[in-house]
Amino acid sequence: MIDSLLAYITLAMILFSIGFLGVVSRKNIFVIYMSIELMLNAINLIFVSLGRYYESMQPQVIAMIIIAIAAAEAAVFLSLIVVLYRRKKSLNSDIFTILSQKDSHE
Amino acid sequence: MSNFLLAWIVLIPFISSFIIGVMYLYSIKVARVPNFVFSLFGLSAPLLSFLLGFSFFLQMIGNDEIFLYKAYRWLEIDGYDIDMGFMADKLSIFMVLFITFVGWLIHIYASGYMKDDKGYGKFFFYFNFFLASMLLLVLGHGPIIMFMGWEGVGFSSYLLISYYYEDGENVKAGNKAFIANRVGDFGFIVAMVTMFYYAGSNGFDFLNLKESLLSVPVPVLTFIGFSLFVGAIGKSAQIPLFVWLPDAMAGPTPVSALIHAATMVTAGVYMVARFHFLYDLIPHVGLFIAYVGAISALFAAIIATKQTDIKKILAYSTMSQLGYMFIAVGLGGYSVGIFHVFTHAFFKALLFMGAGAVIVALHHEQNIFKMGGMKKKTPLVYFTMLIATLAISGIPPFAGFFSKDEILLTAFSSGEYLLWIIGVFTAILTAYYMFRLLFVVFYGKNYKEDKKLHFLPKSMTTPLVILAIGSILAGFIGIPELLGGENLIGSWLGNWKNSSLHVTHSTEIILMVINIFAALLGIFIAYKKFYMYDMKEVPIFTGIVWNKFYIDEIYDTLIVHKIKQLSIFISYKIDVHFIDKIVMGLSRGFIRSGHYIAKMQNANTRFYAFTMLIGISVISTYLIMVLR
Repeated sequence: MIDSLLAYITLAMILFSIGFLGVVSRKNIFVIYMSIELMLNAINLIFVSLGRYYESMQPQVIAMIIIAIAAAEAAVFLSLIVVLYRRKKSLNSDIFTILSQKDSHE
Repeated sequence: MSNFLLAWIVLIPFISSFIIGVMYLYSIKVARVPNFVFSLFGLSAPLLSFLLGFSFFLQMIGNDEIFLYKAYRWLEIDGYDIDMGFMADKLSIFMVLFITFVGWLIHIYASGYMKDDKGYGKFFFYFNFFLASMLLLVLGHGPIIMFMGWEGVGFSSYLLISYYYEDGENVKAGNKAFIANRVGDFGFIVAMVTMFYYAGSNGFDFLNLKESLLSVPVPVLTFIGFSLFVGAIGKSAQIPLFVWLPDAMAGPTPVSALIHAATMVTAGVYMVARFHFLYDLIPHVGLFIAYVGAISALFAAIIATKQTDIKKILAYSTMSQLGYMFIAVGLGGYSVGIFHVFTHAFFKALLFMGAGAVIVALHHEQNIFKMGGMKKKTPLVYFTMLIATLAISGIPPFAGFFSKDEILLTAFSSGEYLLWIIGVFTAILTAYYMFRLLFVVFYGKNYKEDKKLHFLPKSMTTPLVILAIGSILAGFIGIPELLGGENLIGSWLGNWKNSSLHVTHSTEIILMVINIFAALLGIFIAYKKFYMYDMKEVPIFTGIVWNKFYIDEIYDTLIVHKIKQLSIFISYKIDVHFIDKIVMGLSRGFIRSGHYIAKMQNANTRFYAFTMLIGISVISTYLIMVLR
């Protein structure tokens, strides 16, 4: 059982790292969003596997809540992406710079 | 009992000065307050203090009661408690009596002298504040309260000396007085701290210190006594801190009379007498004090013989007389020293006020060689000045004779013949320069008659007469037993004199005759040289004595100049090349680093996410390590 927990956790860590790399390296806002979801679900995986390991229901409940919240969050995020696309006709994250000092500074 | 009235002796002038100050501010900001309102407060405060002091004086006659009033606890530091306390024993009440009385007369005089001054109210504000500080000094029950008065006196004297602040020289003189006093005050503080460290555990007031100092080792006592005396040197203008006193004549003449004759400069003498229980344990420091006093007396007298400014002559004579007092208190004759303080207060105040009257009459002329012939023009001033001059020269039966005779007797009977010789020689010089002043000012010929004399109001002449009577009578409270009298002052202040100081009556008579002879000799020389002095032209003096032995110049080169150079070095080298560089470098560094840090905010969302995640992972790693 211990070995398999380690395997689950390792899998979660790999998923999280892939998500992290996706957030950092990709430009497309959609991909960034998907990477974030990937990281979120990596955490979910840890919760679930820990719940199995300790034979407790609490982590499972938390995982369910996280999934529910992620669904709600997806609605907000997707609508934001639509708004952003309407403004610039592009999904490249690098062109959304109005909150930075880059324009005023240089 | 009525002990709380002690505090009111000090409080009345303080309150009055406060009221006058507020009224003065009102009068310059809103509406003019007539002068007599200021005079009413200013003159009644010293009188009330005098009456209160007198009531305590009456209660003290015939017993040894010490009045002590602790108003409130001022400081509580870990077991060391300092009370705001007032103490009146025979010494302090005696001081209070003549400080308030002579001070009151000087206040009256000032109300005439300052009549046309636009800062009339301000002047009385300072004046009352000064008097209150002096009374606090005298009535404080411990060194700390005394020090508060001590500082108050120094501060208000600074204000008064630079009273005519429009002239830069006067401000400089005020600064000089203040700085020289600060040097002395430092000695006082050091002495106080040492005393507190070694003997402060059983209460830090004079009565307790008297007991607890007995168990302190002698080297420490020597150090304390010496440091205290440094304070006295500063306040009482002895060598080497006397330079401020002649310059302090820049203030109005009543200021000179009050501060530099009757009160402030005697604070040093009073302090030594107040700490007599300390100095009794360390006679070697006492001897040092006596020698400093003797040398100062001689030194000042020599300088005074060549001065031409009437007030400077008097200033140096003050220093010289203070030297006499230190001879007495240094040798353990505290009552003798205080006796001279007492008589000196009368005749020196009179001299200053007479000089002030002459100065006013001649439209602020201070050079004695431009006066002359004042005897006919101001006979009253002449007469009172003559009495004061006789008193300071030591001609019987005027006040100065008895006290000076006692001092020289003390010096002689302690076996310090050198001190005695210096004292007698100084007495000759004193008589000489004082009569030089008198002859030149009042008998000198050829004063240009074209100017009309300035009118002298009654308020200026009446105090002169009262003080003249005082100068005649003040000596009679201390007639030596030899002449069939009783030394009231000695018995009043207690038997402080060393019992070893006994000389035979014949010696005493010889000494007395020598003193009279010395004074007559000085007068005779002055008469020869200056009687009916013909002042066709103002004599121009040169030489080392006229230049006051170049002491000011020596101090300038040795100390003032060095400090100036140091300041210039700090201001132009250290400040520019070091401090400014650090400050400017810091600000430049901030600008530059801000520039670099601003690049972090580069509008790259992924970069933000990256830094955020790095931060989160660092923090969570840390938390995991801690929580383990």
